[in-house]
Amino acid sequence: MRNIWTLASREFKQYFLSPAAYLVAAMLLVVLGIIFYTNILGSILNQFPPSTQVILGPLVTLLLFATPAITMRLLAEEQRQGTMELLLTAPVRDYELVVGKWLGGFLFMVSILAMTWLYPIFLNQIVDPGIDQGLLVSGYLGVSLFTAALVAIGVAVSSLFSNQIAVFFTTLGVYLVLWLVSLPTQAMGAAGGELLRYLDFSEHFYTTFYQGVIDLSDVIYFLSVTALALFLGTMSIEIRRWR
Amino acid sequence: MIQVEELTKDYGLRRAIDGISFHANRGEILGFLGPNGAGKTTTMRILTAYMPPTAGKASVAGFDVIEQSLEVRRRVGYMPETVPLYPDMTVFEYLKFMADLRHLPDAEDKVDDVLELVHMEDRADGYIANLSKGLRQRVGLAQALLHQPQVLILDEPTIGLDPAQIHEVRNLIQELGRERTVLLSTHILSEAQQVCDRVLIINKGRIVAEDSPENLKSRIAGSQRVRLKVLGETEGLEDILRQVPGVQKVVANHPGGYELETTPGMDARPEVARAVVSSGYALAELYPVSLSLEDIFLQLTRDEPNAPEMADVDDLSSDSLDFQAYTHEEL
Repeated sequence: MRNIWTLASREFKQYFLSPAAYLVAAMLLVVLGIIFYTNILGSILNQFPPSTQVILGPLVTLLLFATPAITMRLLAEEQRQGTMELLLTAPVRDYELVVGKWLGGFLFMVSILAMTWLYPIFLNQIVDPGIDQGLLVSGYLGVSLFTAALVAIGVAVSSLFSNQIAVFFTTLGVYLVLWLVSLPTQAMGAAGGELLRYLDFSEHFYTTFYQGVIDLSDVIYFLSVTALALFLGTMSIEIRRWR
Repeated sequence: MIQVEELTKDYGLRRAIDGISFHANRGEILGFLGPNGAGKTTTMRILTAYMPPTAGKASVAGFDVIEQSLEVRRRVGYMPETVPLYPDMTVFEYLKFMADLRHLPDAEDKVDDVLELVHMEDRADGYIANLSKGLRQRVGLAQALLHQPQVLILDEPTIGLDPAQIHEVRNLIQELGRERTVLLSTHILSEAQQVCDRVLIINKGRIVAEDSPENLKSRIAGSQRVRLKVLGETEGLEDILRQVPGVQKVVANHPGGYELETTPGMDARPEVARAVVSSGYALAELYPVSLSLEDIFLQLTRDEPNAPEMADVDDLSSDSLDFQAYTHEEL
């Protein structure tokens, strides 16, 4: 546990020294701001009061592209730099390394998410009688769980390569598959569609958290994806040793 | 402290180390000597629990490297060949991070102690990215010493350093080796000779020799070599030298200079001196030549099984001359 924290805090601090991390955070906030502004203008034209959904929807999509840029260095950089040898010969268990890396990346993503709170606060000021607080809580809980799963997948993929570009695109590929896997079921609606829908990220977000509903099964889904990805990442490190 | 039995490691189809066995005692500096790709790093990586062997057993400080790998890692200080550093951390931050990973009490004091040991107190707050190769090497060494390990494993610790730094690091290693077990790899023979109590010569994944540097020399040297120098007239001297009892081979190096190979276990020097002087030549110098570890190394790591043949520079050059003459005739 102590090792996990040592690794995570180093990782977390490292992000604040990295221009790339600032860039990703800034881009996410700027793009989110542009979409937010557009949505507010649209609401005014349509005479329809905007809800937190105008933030949550774009935020979730943007996370798909921002997270791989944050997670790609986690283990790949250690591999490229040769510091993996240092960590694997230190008295640290393989799972502690993987979980520590995940926690560091996750905490940084949570810091970015915390900054996006600016928008709901602003929205709350301009909408009368204020925004739905329940939706805000369920939405951000969902986004955080979703981020936990994304970062875990990012760590697992990062253990496979020493090239960060390869990690970025592979991670993005995995996200998009999981994001879109239920798409074909809309056309076929056959058996198996149920399974694909269960695997789909968006199904677990848009139908519940996004509507202000906290469903335990969705919480369990995201936590399971996180745990599974961290387990696979640990396996990958172990296999690397045996090779 | 280190016990290795029949250790084998395959990378795919390539066998990196092939059934090596050795041991190292407490307070001993054991040198791993061999050309690049001989399996030195692979062996060290197995001993530091970085990766498991394909077959065989190894234990460090009484703990098995596979079954009790965490115990091993707690007790070993390891400096890999490419020193693993985080360039965007300061020296102090880096060492503190490693100390925390090792759960050292009073981590900051420990960091200060090792910085003092490697004479880097003044660079503690500098970023690792800005350090020279020599200083990085020292930070790597500091990292390996943080937890005062019983066993120190250093992969090519002096590579890329300037002569003064090499001298310093070697002294430090010798100092450390007094109470710890040190396993160091090198392909610099004089280093092994100077620093190590015992040397393992490894080639193509096998140990080809194991002994103290002195014994290794005398054991493999076999025949004694004698060099002599004569002033003035030398005509006919070579034939006279050949007839001296105990002399097996005479090589003329330069005008007046000769190198003699003599029968092992027999000192031919008095006879040689007598023969030279009584024949009327002006003997200026006569001294034995001990084989350098370099010669032994080349002998042992050459592919030909007929190792006792000397790798003599003169032989080699005359061989190549012969070869050239031969091709000329062919043409």
